[in-house]
Amino acid sequence: MSWNNQGSGGGGPWGGGPKGQWPPSGGGGGGGGGGATPPNIEEMLRRSQERVKRFLPGGLGGGRAIALLAVGLLALWLMSGLYKVQPDEQGVELLFGKWDGVVTESGLHWRWPAPIGEVQTPKVTVINRVNIGFQDASDLGGRVSGTRDVPRESLMLTGDQNIADVDFTVQWRIINAGNYLFNIRDPEATVKLVAESAMREIVGQTKLDDLITTAREQVQGQAKILLQQVLDGYGAGIGIERIQLQLTSPPPPVIDAFNDVQRARQDKERLQNEAEAYQNRIVPTARGEAASVIEEATAYKQRVTKEAQGEGARFSEIYQSYLIAPDITRRRLYIETLRDVLKGANKVIIAEGATGGQGVVPYLPLNEINRNRTTDGGGQ
Amino acid sequence: MSRFKFAILGAIVVAIGIMISVSVFTVRETEQALVLQFGQWQRTASDPGIQFKFPWQSAQKYEKRVLSVDPPAEEVLLNDQKRILVDAFARYKITDPLKFFQTVRTEATFQNRFGNILTSTVKEVVAQQALEDMLSEKRNSIMETIRDSVAKNSAGFGTEVVDIRIGRSELPEAVSQNVYDRMRTEREREANLLRAEGEENARRIRATADRQQVEIVAEAEREAQVLRGNGDAARNGILGEAYGQDPEFFEFFRSLEAYRETFEEPGTTMLLKPDSDFFRYFNDVGGLSGRQSSGAINKK
Repeated sequence: MSWNNQGSGGGGPWGGGPKGQWPPSGGGGGGGGGGATPPNIEEMLRRSQERVKRFLPGGLGGGRAIALLAVGLLALWLMSGLYKVQPDEQGVELLFGKWDGVVTESGLHWRWPAPIGEVQTPKVTVINRVNIGFQDASDLGGRVSGTRDVPRESLMLTGDQNIADVDFTVQWRIINAGNYLFNIRDPEATVKLVAESAMREIVGQTKLDDLITTAREQVQGQAKILLQQVLDGYGAGIGIERIQLQLTSPPPPVIDAFNDVQRARQDKERLQNEAEAYQNRIVPTARGEAASVIEEATAYKQRVTKEAQGEGARFSEIYQSYLIAPDITRRRLYIETLRDVLKGANKVIIAEGATGGQGVVPYLPLNEINRNRTTDGGGQ
Repeated sequence: MSRFKFAILGAIVVAIGIMISVSVFTVRETEQALVLQFGQWQRTASDPGIQFKFPWQSAQKYEKRVLSVDPPAEEVLLNDQKRILVDAFARYKITDPLKFFQTVRTEATFQNRFGNILTSTVKEVVAQQALEDMLSEKRNSIMETIRDSVAKNSAGFGTEVVDIRIGRSELPEAVSQNVYDRMRTEREREANLLRAEGEENARRIRATADRQQVEIVAEAEREAQVLRGNGDAARNGILGEAYGQDPEFFEFFRSLEAYRETFEEPGTTMLLKPDSDFFRYFNDVGGLSGRQSSGAINKK
């Protein structure tokens, strides 16, 4: 607009100036006509005043040079309207601070240079992360590795009036660059504040036991929906990609007690397993023992039966042969038996007369006989 | 001549430039503006773009975006006598910059006054709730009640309350400690129960195993006795049948066998009478003693 002032004010008298150059600049001036921003106007005014001063003594030749200079400056200024949009960005063009809904994609574009036009290039494909309940290296400026808990953010009341330690990460990106830029002030802080509020609301409707075990997915999903709703209500132009629960656990002061429940559960299993191991050892052993007892008894039964059968059969055989000549066989058996019995024995034969009336038995040196037998190898 | 002309032209340019610089202003996409003349409202410029005013007028700009008020947390006594720290925040928009200008003029003033309204409303509404309500679906309706009430009380500021949410609602430190104690004892109860149940089951299983062991062995013993009995019975039957053919011969035969078994060991000393049956021919080739006398055999 400053060049426009100059053009309309100074161009007229220099009617003999380069014809090819002036009309476009004049047209441009018309397009931007009426627009002005105070600082630049002042600067350009000062510049044109200098030119006028130089022009006054210089005459027509000097005037031509000044005109060329002005045209060059104008071209440079127009060139400064070129801008680049990176692949992960969108360009939002403003004209006198007004946005007419034009969004440019990546590439090289031109807009009216400052101070008429202005462009903002938010990164729309980048997924931003907000950590709530903890800080990691990115929050701590990379000086620290690992994470640090932020109890003020992470301790939440659960539906059963317990306290849970909840850390989560919100991933969001810009889905509407215009809304993002023009509808809310300080969008990042807004995301964080609302996310925390939404998570507290959802956690406040969830039981602690569910929260730390089965309901994590559900809580993530509900919080995401709620957060998106609230942000849409603000017209924030922000899309929540996902809410990721990093940690849902009992708060540090009671975590030992919770772990002890887990240990108790393991202990219970262990005790049962040990008892079952005992059972598995003792019952089959008993069955084996039972089998052995029965087998033993069966063996006894078989042995006794077979022996009896043998004995019976033997007797039957002998008896059959005995029947052929009973008397003879009887005597033979008797004599043979006595022979065998007496053969190996020490024998003392006492005649009936020798005993007399009193008998000899009381006087027999029985011990001697025994001794003789042992020392002499048996005598008569 | 021409010099003079240019001087005049220059002066005109300067004058126009100054005029424009003081009578043109831009309203950005995020802004709205009031045009004031000596502090008196003239018009409202709410559309972004370039705007004109007379040089003696001034433009007062206000935000058009959603703005935030986040007063500090307040401790509230709930109607179930529990204490809770409630931190609420509000999002608002300036919808009527003129009213805003007339009542609070600056954002800082507004934040201060609106924050007070918000805090007192939150206290008032939340104090009527029990803690369970704060931790239930009712939280939503509580927030709505607060929002409606705040919206009504702040209507004069020319703002629109976009949203009011309860952010943190936490228990004060002392109460937290009680909650922790309760949580801990609950868990201890559960852990003890689990361990006792484990012990119970283990003992039951062991006792069952012991019983099964005894039962199995006893059953086997019973069966074994039956089997042995069977065997003995069979033996008796078989031998009885065999020996029953001639009991007298059996007695004779078995006796002989018994002698043989009894005296098998050599070295037995025997006192014998020469008149025993065995020695019938010992003194007498005719065997006078006869058959009727059986030999007396004395074992020593």
